[in-house]
Amino acid sequence: MPKSSIGLMAKALAVWRKDIRCEFRTRYAVNAIMLFGVTTLVVVSFAVGQKNLLPEVYSALFWIIIFFSAMSGLAHIFVREEESKTATVLRLTSDTTPIYLGKLGYNVVLLALLQIVIAPLFLLLTDATLYDPALFIVIVILGSIGLAGATTLIAAIISRASVKGALFAVLSFPILLPLLIGVINATTKALSASGGGFSGSSSELQLLVSYAVVMITASLLLFEFVWEEE
Amino acid sequence: MYRLEAKKIFRNFGYRRVLKDISFSLKTGDSLAIRGKNGSGKTTLLRILAGLSAPTKGQVIFEHEGKTLNRSEAKQRLSYVGPELTLYDSLTAAENLKFFATMRGISLDKPLIDKILDMVGLDGRGRDFYRAYSSGMKQRLKYATALLNDPAYLLLDEPTANLDDDGKKIVSQIINRQRENGILIIATNEKEEYDFAEKQYRLNG
Repeated sequence: MPKSSIGLMAKALAVWRKDIRCEFRTRYAVNAIMLFGVTTLVVVSFAVGQKNLLPEVYSALFWIIIFFSAMSGLAHIFVREEESKTATVLRLTSDTTPIYLGKLGYNVVLLALLQIVIAPLFLLLTDATLYDPALFIVIVILGSIGLAGATTLIAAIISRASVKGALFAVLSFPILLPLLIGVINATTKALSASGGGFSGSSSELQLLVSYAVVMITASLLLFEFVWEEE
Repeated sequence: MYRLEAKKIFRNFGYRRVLKDISFSLKTGDSLAIRGKNGSGKTTLLRILAGLSAPTKGQVIFEHEGKTLNRSEAKQRLSYVGPELTLYDSLTAAENLKFFATMRGISLDKPLIDKILDMVGLDGRGRDFYRAYSSGMKQRLKYATALLNDPAYLLLDEPTANLDDDGKKIVSQIINRQRENGILIIATNEKEEYDFAEKQYRLNG
């Protein structure tokens, strides 16, 4: 067979493309994550839609919806490999880094889709006012990358456990707590008239960037030990 | 010249010892059939050799021209076909081949994919989904995937399982070619399959 210089990123892209293609044909994770997100959002809007709440409360509600929706679908990326028994052949044919990067990319796309649907609906169905859209978009992007960075590794850990769903949320929550505090504080500022824009949220943004970098770097280093069997 | 050496391999599952003090050494051109009754540890040994499972004690050493290969280098030169392997149901046969070729660092275009499928008797079926394949066709596609990297080490678990006569002929050709160019290890209970190999190793479980 003709060997060529297919690099790490091309392999990661192949994993990402394969997962997107499988998801497009089955829609298992997208359906789970969207259904949970929209249902929770509707319940929240019925409960608080007409009330004028503090930006802190809206911010917390928004990220609670995103967190639990993510918990319902992000683990799927490794659970599917284990349950359909394709993980073995993937282990045999590929190094670990492209697998992690491809699956991280897939989870980022899944979270981006969730945010694209949930964020406008949240602003529409509640009385929350968005004072700084640019800041909000940056927070959502950084939050999604941090969320995906941490949960992709946890998904690989729990994929071989028997009680996957519960374990995923239980293991993820303490690891995601610093991120959740950061995104909730930053989102509060984007929803406040006196938020101070990017300069007023610089410490939160630094936290979000640092969290994403640390989580993705740690995951890249640890993934081999999680993924390779026994 | 490639070499594979299993050194004093033990494998326990809880209190039960499945593999006890397994040692052998093979070089390019060697073929080994691992025999034994059900539960004797044939698949476990193959999984350890493939790097899918760690031994409780002992080690597997891969060498090329006297240089020990690390895990990643050995993986690039090793292929494994067995009943426990499954390809992607939601991808077509051609998509599966292209994906695994990319992961092996190999670039495949459509004519080459067609040629590989033709080699294993799946010509014209490249656009079918893997889930639509019969068990024999799935086995043939696993062989196509395993041969992508021209393996120096080919591990086969029940090599002719689910195959019809034509499929068995194809496997026989693959095995003959591997016996000339690399190292072949087969795990089986079938007499006609362990006759594929020159050496035999019997596991007593």
